[in-house]
Amino acid sequence: MKIAIASGKGGTGKTTLATNLSSYFAETKQTVLVDLDVEEPNSKLFLQGDLIHHEEKYKMIPEWDPTSCTLCGLCRKVCNFNAITQILDEIMVFPELCHGCYACSELCPVGALPMKPKKMGVLTHYKNRDLSFIESKLDIGEEQAVPLIAQTLEYVDRVFPGDILKIFDSPPGTSCPVIEATKSADFIILVTEPTPFGLHDLTLAVETIREIGKPFAVVINRFGIGDNKVEQYCHKEKIPIIAKIPNQRKIAELYSEGKLLFREIPEVRSALEAIMEYIDTLYLRRAT
Amino acid sequence: MNIALTAKGKTWDSAMDPRFGRTEYFFILNEDNNEVKIIDNSEANQEAHGAGPKAAQKLYEEKINILITGNGPGGNALSVLEKAETKIYVGAGNMTVREAYEAYKSNQLNNFE
Amino acid sequence: MMKEIVIISGKGGTGKTSLTASFAVLGGQDIVAADCDVDAADMHLLLQPDQGRSEEFFSGQLAEIDPDICTQCGACVTICRYNAISVIDGKHQVKPLDCEGCGYCARICPVNAISNIDNNVGQWLISEIKTGSKMVHASMKVGAENSGKLVAKVKKEANIIAQNENKSFIIVDGSPGVGCPVVSSLSGADYVVFVTEPTVSGLHDLKRVFELVDKFKIPSGCIINKADLNNDKNDEIRTFLNDMRIDHIIDLPYDESFTKAMTQGKTIVEYAKSEIGSIVEKSWNMIKKRIIELN
Repeated sequence: MKIAIASGKGGTGKTTLATNLSSYFAETKQTVLVDLDVEEPNSKLFLQGDLIHHEEKYKMIPEWDPTSCTLCGLCRKVCNFNAITQILDEIMVFPELCHGCYACSELCPVGALPMKPKKMGVLTHYKNRDLSFIESKLDIGEEQAVPLIAQTLEYVDRVFPGDILKIFDSPPGTSCPVIEATKSADFIILVTEPTPFGLHDLTLAVETIREIGKPFAVVINRFGIGDNKVEQYCHKEKIPIIAKIPNQRKIAELYSEGKLLFREIPEVRSALEAIMEYIDTLYLRRAT
Repeated sequence: MNIALTAKGKTWDSAMDPRFGRTEYFFILNEDNNEVKIIDNSEANQEAHGAGPKAAQKLYEEKINILITGNGPGGNALSVLEKAETKIYVGAGNMTVREAYEAYKSNQLNNFE
Repeated sequence: MMKEIVIISGKGGTGKTSLTASFAVLGGQDIVAADCDVDAADMHLLLQPDQGRSEEFFSGQLAEIDPDICTQCGACVTICRYNAISVIDGKHQVKPLDCEGCGYCARICPVNAISNIDNNVGQWLISEIKTGSKMVHASMKVGAENSGKLVAKVKKEANIIAQNENKSFIIVDGSPGVGCPVVSSLSGADYVVFVTEPTVSGLHDLKRVFELVDKFKIPSGCIINKADLNNDKNDEIRTFLNDMRIDHIIDLPYDESFTKAMTQGKTIVEYAKSEIGSIVEKSWNMIKKRIIELN
């Protein structure tokens, strides 16, 4: 089963929930945590494990072959992203602008733009007893998160059997990296905080997730800090609130140290238990 | 020589545009016959990505030898301009087109590396 | 001379937007505000813009198949690298959320059934906020590619207003992360303010986003929010700021008044009962002073 953890707003506690939930699940079953916030992956700060595997990730970029090129200029015309320029007797390709559509390469009449791999980031795989943890990080300067997210998900599908529980820590926001990270999940948890910013961004996240069409529920973090408008919104929209993590200074302090919460804060453990129960019921319903 | 200046308007008294790729206009002067040509750069400005290289390509097509601008082009645009052997002068971002051209002529602008 | 101040954080939840809105209020008639956090724009919740003028915004394209011309040959499906074309009830259709707008399918369709439509990715607005000053802001549609172009548009419009109305400062709520939208937020900035928190994540993301700012060589300063949460981490941040020659603007103690003020639609500096409001005011004055010094 694949569970994605997302939020409209950054800083609501996605990574906190993902790291704690996956570590909690790993107490009783094999679990995989995948950090898909490839621009700023943070889960590793809270987890320890042995390095199992490390690989560079590549995207395919056209590479100009001057020996066969006739300078017809078709490549420049077909590129919708301005990634190809023709100056004097040279074709220049700008890798960060390339979206990997292959049009220039496949339409070139003489095959002078073969697609070649170019490094865009790194995938690392750690293991700590029953928790496997995958993190992917985009190289600085690379603009597109989507290809790295897609390749990370492919790695996870290839390496881990289908019946192992997988938790995806998705990037914040509502743009296309979030869609890529959550669209293959069976269930999505939206993390929010009970403040005006939290509510506003939750409504955006709900709009996004409804486009994807998967079942979802809400977890309220820092419960007690603001007002009850998030709860009212969820009730009105018939969105289940499956757990509430209270606002406590001690939680903030543990978090600031990079520590997991559930072993020291009973309210966090109860929240995770509630989530596990909800998911088990969902899963059982699906399986029957 | 063909000179291009990044401008916010179409006249000698217009303010310079400090940017390259997303400049409003290219004010082009042909020093041989003193003719002025204005190129509207709004097309490059429409682009989500690659405005710089696209603008650089345009200058190449106009056979520009000298570019006078404010901040200087970004990395991709720069490689196109270098290939086209265009010399780049920066520091004119807060001037008018006229002032920028005069500053270039009297060697007051910096070469862009 | 008009100066642009861009406030960024790398990590979400550090208080960037709350502080930016506070500075906008403190700046009063002297400033134009720009909300470049277009993926999850929140600043309006504190500044109450009137949404005076709005314009649709287009970026990139989407392919569209005309079902009356399409012969269902499937050539488009074969070449699409994004699996963006599905066949439903025998009809070929583009899935807008997956289409990248490369135009390849339109080019090779043997019967010209595919066209490229300009993609309406959101809208940008110019509003008057509660202080009477102007704010430029935007909202992006769900699933859109956040390319930085909308951010560039917001900044450009803010700059135009600042020039026309002779304002001293543009205050920009920057985009999170380290990608294109942040780069776009930073371009043209005269001073960058980092907002961070003394946590492992806060320091980690501060370092990552600083790499980007360093390339642009823009002078910068840092506000440590929730500063008393963790003294060790606070020290680590100060060391980093010192090493990188980033001004240490101020420490703000952990204070839930920020949230209380927010629930009332107020910035902290408008909230009667807070000491922290005067510390925020102090930091605004320090930023202004620093910018003058740098010139």
